[in-house]
Amino acid sequence: MSEHAAVAKLKERFAGAVLEVAEFRGETTVTVKKEEIVAIASFLKQDLGYNFLCDLCGVDYLGQTPRFMVVYNLYNISSKDRLRVKVPVAENDAEVETVSGVWATANWHERECWDLMGISFANHPDLRRILMPADWVGHPLRKDYPLQGPDRAPYQGRLS
Amino acid sequence: MATTEIMTINMGPQHPSTHGVLQLILELDGEIVKKATPHIGFLHRGVEKLSEHRTYHQVIPLTDRLDYLAPMSNNLGYVLAVEKLLGITDLIPDRANRVRVILAELTRIKSHLVWLATHALDIGAMTVFLYCFREREAIIDIYEKISGARMTSNYFRVGGLSADLPAGIEQEIRSFVAAMPGLVDTYEGLLTGNRIWQKRTIGVGKISAEDAIDIGLSGPALRGSGVDWDLRRDNPYCGYEEYDFNVPVRTEGDTFARYKARLDEMRESCKIVNQALDKLQPGPVLADAPKVCLPPKKDVVNTIEGLIHHFKIITEGFKAEVGEVYQGIEAPKGELGYYLISDGGNHPYRMKIRPPSFVNLQALPQMVEGSLLADVIATIGTLDIVLGEIDR
Repeated sequence: MSEHAAVAKLKERFAGAVLEVAEFRGETTVTVKKEEIVAIASFLKQDLGYNFLCDLCGVDYLGQTPRFMVVYNLYNISSKDRLRVKVPVAENDAEVETVSGVWATANWHERECWDLMGISFANHPDLRRILMPADWVGHPLRKDYPLQGPDRAPYQGRLS
Repeated sequence: MATTEIMTINMGPQHPSTHGVLQLILELDGEIVKKATPHIGFLHRGVEKLSEHRTYHQVIPLTDRLDYLAPMSNNLGYVLAVEKLLGITDLIPDRANRVRVILAELTRIKSHLVWLATHALDIGAMTVFLYCFREREAIIDIYEKISGARMTSNYFRVGGLSADLPAGIEQEIRSFVAAMPGLVDTYEGLLTGNRIWQKRTIGVGKISAEDAIDIGLSGPALRGSGVDWDLRRDNPYCGYEEYDFNVPVRTEGDTFARYKARLDEMRESCKIVNQALDKLQPGPVLADAPKVCLPPKKDVVNTIEGLIHHFKIITEGFKAEVGEVYQGIEAPKGELGYYLISDGGNHPYRMKIRPPSFVNLQALPQMVEGSLLADVIATIGTLDIVLGEIDR
């Protein structure tokens, strides 16, 4: 499969920041350095036309280093093209620069990511919990958060 | 000299027009909304977390409880994502795809009927509410005959459908979609030319195309702002590229435009259902993928291989290759996406849902700030939010 056009341009512009490119089922995923995410997001939006941030979420790879990934699912409304960008995030420095200045829709997505996964977003305009109560302790989507709730033994098997 | 002071009021979570459990904190200067802050999460059930602990098939019943007004669409988005993850999209039989299209479009009509009913009721029109629920009941009856459930359908399976259509249902669906465009005309007759309706909707909750894209609006809410984008046509799934239909787009970007776009969508959905029924041929409804799909019942009771397959799939599920996929569909409320990560096991390592209502609701403050308190009601209605989907 030939290389995704956007990936070639990303490599050209941010040669040192592109860590990995993966193809699976016709979808392209680019892993980039988190320090460059705002510059890359701006480039993808302004120059490559990825004007629609479909979704943003965190993934917890407990036991691996780095532990987290923040995933950006992008869409170009003009060319009908999708692209996925990921940034690795270390557990001891679980913070990424916000992209809400690039796509306004990132605001709530980042709040959700912070709330459920515990990844913080620097310079976010309103970073507070969104789905859990404000005084909730912990981040439920982390793999080491008990499925059955706090103060319960970790879940060991399937529910049914 | 008279002075004014900003008053903060709570709207919801029990206000009828907050559609479930949305709480809005409104800062008002008289009747002008200075600031609106939505508070959500009252229904949060942790569906994404639960999905990480169930087999791929066991997740399906969780999905139809997200947007409970459009359960089949939620089922569809999820099974399409799993099929993409497994690489069996091309194996789905033609009949299964056609039935999926029929039900997805009936679901669109069903969802839009509830939107119109409650939107009109919010604004003060009672008759439309009763008419829409009458028609919605007909679709729920069809749901019941096909899936056995009136609301939580759980009918689609990874690889196809749980069962074929019951005898006689095609004629019933055909009669329904033959009558529906005329009924939409009736709703229009009650509302579109009505001066009160026009005053309450034209110019209310305006958002430009650029702002709408930036804030992530999708579906009819985005097309009401002039953005001609529909995933059924632009990134087709289930064979949508074979159907002839229009994508209604309005340029005004106000509540009235979104209202008109959704009404036109109902008419287009009837066209699609008719075409799908015309092309519906007898055939299998499950893919030929024995490691994924349950074997036919006669094989389960008559052959040891069938029994073993059935047992293995029910107890252990199936494993997916290591990888990640995103599948978006054009749900009634906009782009519904499922992002799945597989670590090679028998359940999703991570499932992230992109709920259209969640993203659409984010646009509410910028749509209502600076307008009248009464316009907040009309704008919530026009966004067609479902809190089950927002909170997950």
